[in-house]
Amino acid sequence: MSVPVFEVQDVTFHYHIVTALDGLSLAIERGKRVALLGANGSGKSTLLHILDGLAFPEKGSVRFDGEPLTEGRLQDLEFGYQFRRRVGLVFQNPDVQLFSPTVFDEVAFGPLQLRWPKQEVRSQVGQMLDLMKITHLKDRSPHHLSTGEKKRVTLASVLVLDPEVLLLDEPTAALDPKSASQMIDFLVGWRGGVKTVITTTHNLDILEDIADYCYVFQTGRVVLEGAPSDVLRETALLERTNLIHVHRHVHPSGEVHSHPHLHPHKH
Amino acid sequence: MNFVERTLSSLVNAMERALYAEELAKSDGLLQRLDPRVKVIGILTLVVASAVAHRLWVMGVIFAVAVTLAVMSRVPFGILAKRVWVAILMFTGVIALPAPFLVPGREVWRLPGLDWPVTAQGLASACYLVARVETAATLSVLLILCTPWSHVLKALRVLGVPVVFVVTLGMTYRYILLLLQTAHDMFESRRSRMVGKLEGPERRRVAASSAGVLMSKTLQLSGDVYSAMLSRGFRGEVYVLDDFQTSKIDWIMLAVFVVLASGGFYFGL
Repeated sequence: MSVPVFEVQDVTFHYHIVTALDGLSLAIERGKRVALLGANGSGKSTLLHILDGLAFPEKGSVRFDGEPLTEGRLQDLEFGYQFRRRVGLVFQNPDVQLFSPTVFDEVAFGPLQLRWPKQEVRSQVGQMLDLMKITHLKDRSPHHLSTGEKKRVTLASVLVLDPEVLLLDEPTAALDPKSASQMIDFLVGWRGGVKTVITTTHNLDILEDIADYCYVFQTGRVVLEGAPSDVLRETALLERTNLIHVHRHVHPSGEVHSHPHLHPHKH
Repeated sequence: MNFVERTLSSLVNAMERALYAEELAKSDGLLQRLDPRVKVIGILTLVVASAVAHRLWVMGVIFAVAVTLAVMSRVPFGILAKRVWVAILMFTGVIALPAPFLVPGREVWRLPGLDWPVTAQGLASACYLVARVETAATLSVLLILCTPWSHVLKALRVLGVPVVFVVTLGMTYRYILLLLQTAHDMFESRRSRMVGKLEGPERRRVAASSAGVLMSKTLQLSGDVYSAMLSRGFRGEVYVLDDFQTSKIDWIMLAVFVVLASGGFYFGL
């Protein structure tokens, strides 16, 4: 059996007095598409930051490709460059990820930091802008784009590095339905679906499209895991973790009817 | 809209215009064609020369050089007048205002009504201060307007400015717009939930709590922006796509800057 790409062992993390992760353990296999489900504040975004080496557990350990992922290890130039090259994170709020004067500069930021040859940077950035259909925006300031355009730029700025592992924090948040659908179609088709993709979401409608396996979070712990179809059957638990809600409607007879609200996709 | 909201609105617009200034940095003018290192060294030496000069005519010459550079770099006078000259005159003018009355010396005039004496030495002090600041600010703004920000940062690193200083400068520029936008949105959302005017004490209480929330958001935001930079491999160094290359005109202009600054030091001290 191959070494998991990420191995999280008994990880605990707090924001002041608030527990974000509470003794969390999980392993993510290479090439899998994994969804981290949970309501706001359940700890899934914190886990993504830990997996990207931006935060470090107070207790427990994280291993990337069999090697310990620690602050000290990331200071090592060779490991640091390799890690940043192989793992990319798309933040939930695109504004924090857009800090360059133009869209082109924004997409070129990562490759330049990783010291790619300049000719390659120009060519790869050009190709990525074409792929994401944002070439027409290349000279625009990222701050003046619509939310959908900003999301595309942030995704391009990470995908240009062609990471082996893609971490996505609520990729469809604040997108209109059409943009969200386009985003999901793109991610599903990206590099033929062979990359490891870890996505946080509380949108169960897209679950079967984006994941082979899911973890359901509640107050910093995994309370359920399994294939999307199995997880979606656990309606009582999903309701308890605020991932689905009771939907009420009135029948023509006047009877008020309520049931958990879930719209899984069927093909 | 009260004073604070109007100010915030203006600041957001000003910062957005500053971001658009990158277009000016890419236009075809004298300063835009120069190597950023030459611009940083040249303009810095002129700023220092104007700061240490003790003769008004020397400051006047350096100011004239700055205006000539602006013309040759196709920087619209309107931008300099509005963003630098008038703004500096107002800010520095307020600071310099008491000098004509407070600095002892030969009396040249008395203020009608109040009968305060205005001294020649006091007037000279006020003029020195305003002239120094106007000249230094005009030169600095020219550098920023005619050079992409990332190039200024890279030039500072090449010239040996410590990483921590350059990173701080870069970060400030990167999230100041977000910060202003956040403050602007906070005030707008408050206004959307208000009817009528608040009483003085309540207004001050709301302003103080908003300042606290804004500070907390600022810390969060700066941390997030920095994380986003780290996530894409940032380690403090500044890399840009364009290579710095000196040509004949760079060496000529460097010589011109050094001669002018030396003249400023020689005649000004």
